[in-house]
Amino acid sequence: MKIRHSQGGFEEIRLPMTPMIDIIFQLLVFFALTFKIASSEGDFNMKMPLAAPSAGPVDPSQLPPMKVRLTAGPDGELAAIRFGDRALGTDFQRLRQSVVAVVGANPGPGILESAEIELDCDYQLKYEFVIEAITAVSGYVKDGQVVRLVEKIKFAPPRTG
Amino acid sequence: MRFKSGYTLPKEGDMTSMIDMVFQLVCFFMVALNFSEAEVNERVHLPSSELARPPDGPMPLRITLHLMPTGRVILGGEEMSIPGLRRLLILEKQVLDVSDKQRHREATIIIRADTAAMTGRVQELIRQCQEVGFEKFVLRARQEETRLPSTGT
Repeated sequence: MKIRHSQGGFEEIRLPMTPMIDIIFQLLVFFALTFKIASSEGDFNMKMPLAAPSAGPVDPSQLPPMKVRLTAGPDGELAAIRFGDRALGTDFQRLRQSVVAVVGANPGPGILESAEIELDCDYQLKYEFVIEAITAVSGYVKDGQVVRLVEKIKFAPPRTG
Repeated sequence: MRFKSGYTLPKEGDMTSMIDMVFQLVCFFMVALNFSEAEVNERVHLPSSELARPPDGPMPLRITLHLMPTGRVILGGEEMSIPGLRRLLILEKQVLDVSDKQRHREATIIIRADTAAMTGRVQELIRQCQEVGFEKFVLRARQEETRLPSTGT
C-alpha cells in the first residue's frame, strides 16, 4: 500500500466569503431602510348596544349606568365634564375620583361586572377627550399595576352634529 | 538605499468581528421589524392612554377601520366616506359568513380614530357597523410611556 507523503503540511481551504457578505449587507440595508419604530398600541373594549336592542327582563342586580357628559366648545375642545349631576370642570382626575367614590378604589369582580359607564358626548368633541375620559373611568396605575374600576363602557345615542 | 527584495503576499484583514456585528444587526432588524403594518396608517395619529395595553392574544377575526380627522374612513387601503363604508362592510360580512352564518358576530371591529376626529363621526362609524351586523368593537389608543399620577387612594 502506498502512502502519500504530504509535502509542507495541510492545505488551507478558503471558502468564498464575498458573495455571502454581499447578501448580508444587502439584507442589512433592506432592514435598516424599512425599519420603523412603532409605538405599541392597546385597546379599550366597548359595550355597544345593537341598533335593535333585544327585549328582555331587566336584571335587578344590574346597577344603572353612571352617566358621564362631555361638552365641547365650538372648536371641539373640552368645555365641561359632568358626572351624573355634578360638574367637574375639565379635570379628568376629578372624574376618576368620582368613579372611585362610587365603585371603590379596588372593586371586586362583582362590581366590575355590574358597574357601567355611559358616555354622552357632543358631536364635535375631539376624540382624544373621549379616550381620556375612558382612561379616567377604566382604572388607574398604582405601583406599576393597573387597577380596573369599570369595564363596561358604552356610548349614549349620538347627538346631532 | 536598500530595497526589499522578493514577492510578499497581500495581507488580509480579519473580517470575523465585522461579519459578527453585521449578523447581529441583521438579527436585530429582523426581530424588531413590524409585520403588522397593514393595521397602521400614518395619516391617523392615535390618542394616547396610560391604560392602553396590547391585547393578550391575537384577535382571530378583525376588521380595522381608520378614521381620519376629515371624517373619511380607510378600510383595506381604500378611502371612503362613512356612508360609503356600508358596501365594503356587507362584503366583509358575506366573506365571513361563507362557512358559518353567524361568524360575523365573532369579528371585532378595531377603530383607529385620529385624536382630532369628531366623536360624533366615531359614533356614526359604530352605528354603520352595527347596522350591518357587527357587535364587537374596540377603540385603539397609543400606549403612553409616561405614567399619570394615580388617584392617591
